[in-house]
Amino acid sequence: MRLLLNKIFLTLSVISALIGIGFLGWILAVLFIKGLSSLHLSLFINDLVDGGLRNLLVGQLVLASLAGAIGIPLGMLAGIYIREYGRGKYPELIRDLSDIMMSAPSIVIGAFVYAIAVAPYGGANGFAGILALTIMMVPIIINTTDSMLSLVPKELREAGIALGASKYRVILDIVIKAAKVGIMTGILLAFARIAGETAPLLFTSETSNYFSLDLTQSFPSLTVSIYNLANEPEESSRDLAWAASFILTMMVLVINLLGRFITRNKHK
Amino acid sequence: MEKIFQKLSLSSASLVLVILIGIFITLFSAAKPAIEEFGLHFLVDPTWNKEVPVDSTGSTLDTTVNNADENAIEDEDDMILDEDEESLTKTLYGGLVPIVGTILSTLIALTFALPIAMGIAVFLAEIASKSISKFVGMAIELLAAIPSIIFGMWGLYYFAPIISDTFGGYQVSLLTAGLVLGIMILPFMAAITRDSMNTTPDVLKESAYALGATKFEVVKDIIFPYSKVGIIGSIILALGRALGETMAVAFLIGAVYSLPEKITDPTISIPVAMAVNFGEASGLGESALFYLGLILFVMSFIIISIAKFYFLKKVKL
Repeated sequence: MRLLLNKIFLTLSVISALIGIGFLGWILAVLFIKGLSSLHLSLFINDLVDGGLRNLLVGQLVLASLAGAIGIPLGMLAGIYIREYGRGKYPELIRDLSDIMMSAPSIVIGAFVYAIAVAPYGGANGFAGILALTIMMVPIIINTTDSMLSLVPKELREAGIALGASKYRVILDIVIKAAKVGIMTGILLAFARIAGETAPLLFTSETSNYFSLDLTQSFPSLTVSIYNLANEPEESSRDLAWAASFILTMMVLVINLLGRFITRNKHK
Repeated sequence: MEKIFQKLSLSSASLVLVILIGIFITLFSAAKPAIEEFGLHFLVDPTWNKEVPVDSTGSTLDTTVNNADENAIEDEDDMILDEDEESLTKTLYGGLVPIVGTILSTLIALTFALPIAMGIAVFLAEIASKSISKFVGMAIELLAAIPSIIFGMWGLYYFAPIISDTFGGYQVSLLTAGLVLGIMILPFMAAITRDSMNTTPDVLKESAYALGATKFEVVKDIIFPYSKVGIIGSIILALGRALGETMAVAFLIGAVYSLPEKITDPTISIPVAMAVNFGEASGLGESALFYLGLILFVMSFIIISIAKFYFLKKVKL
């Protein structure tokens, strides 16, 4: 009886794992089949208005990269403060709040940015989209930096101080260097995550059918356009949405795997 | 230089606090017209975007209008009559339908994801060999990395037809939205649960095995009690995530403002209401959406705080 119960339990557990892998396989299979069949080279040359995706891909990359360019230094500095400088309760508070923000509903952040950067300005703009993505990204970077810095042994810091280096030199030249690989991985994962975000962009940058690098106007976004295209009745729009989804997912998964690969190599 | 760097890092850290307070204040002030207009009655009012006649003082003539569907139909007749003598109307907004939709879809997601996530966590932590565990763990984490909009599209075109064939009803419904939401939080829940389970000291497990316990007994009597707190924390955290998920649910829940009578009926959730209606909303309607956003933010803030600070304090994630 005990052994039977054990068998049932083990079987159920294995089945759960298979279900998990099954869903991943199913989604990837759909993406590959639908995506590859509607993927053409012309998608990378034409803009959405001509049935291509070029403007959307560039737009999404611009939004995510600029958000990263602002969010990464901010998040790292904040993480450094929490781990290296902070004394007393304040850094604890910041760490907790940042953890909460990491799980905050992205649509609410979109609404917040709409209220401060879209409504007063009078229309959707690229800057608002970047702001929304930055707010999404900073807590993730803080979390990574904080936990990676905590792995750096205290002796390294003491050695630096003993050599007469000032504290910020020790942090920049020794501590950050030692935690470089972990922080890199965290940054890549954070980038992969915001690159696939839709909800914060829906009413901040919105999207555009035309190629544009003008951040003061509504800005082309791959994810928002996927949402719009997928809801259109024409088969051709949906095919385009699948091709875009395929590209987006591959991008996100490759960045993700790259991040993991870097960490693994380091620990070998 | 030292001083500058220190100030810079302090102000970056403080930015988190500023943004968080900023979100609260902004949402609150944007929601203020709706809060003043509807008060806490907003939470139990199932009407959305419904015009009702008002008297000259601006207060609603018929307050029972919100309470039942039968009344609503009668009131529509009344309204036409009223309009003959009194052309003043105002639009009513209530948050009950999205609030109920959010809670129900999250509950369905949890019910579906919980047993499977536990199974996966046990598999990863206890059953699989190291290399298989690594492979499956990676697959599960990749599942978590897929953008939510992809889940929505896949759910709408491939998953929903199967569900509606099996359970009947509409393709877009509370049930399909909840199930896809469940699939989305599955990897997240499994990963944290596995991490909590891994904190069980090997000595405890080994002693149990030495006494002749089966794997099931070790998991049930040693690992679960030991990592219970962390597991509950992971469940609540996953719940917080599910509450705020927008894109996948937007494809699948149907986006209609009606209370679901059956699990296969379409309805709407707070994030979806915001995603779908924000574009065309203005004035009081927009304010009501901000009110919903504020409710969602406060709800998830509380849930995540409970998970993080009560349950997950011990587990380092």
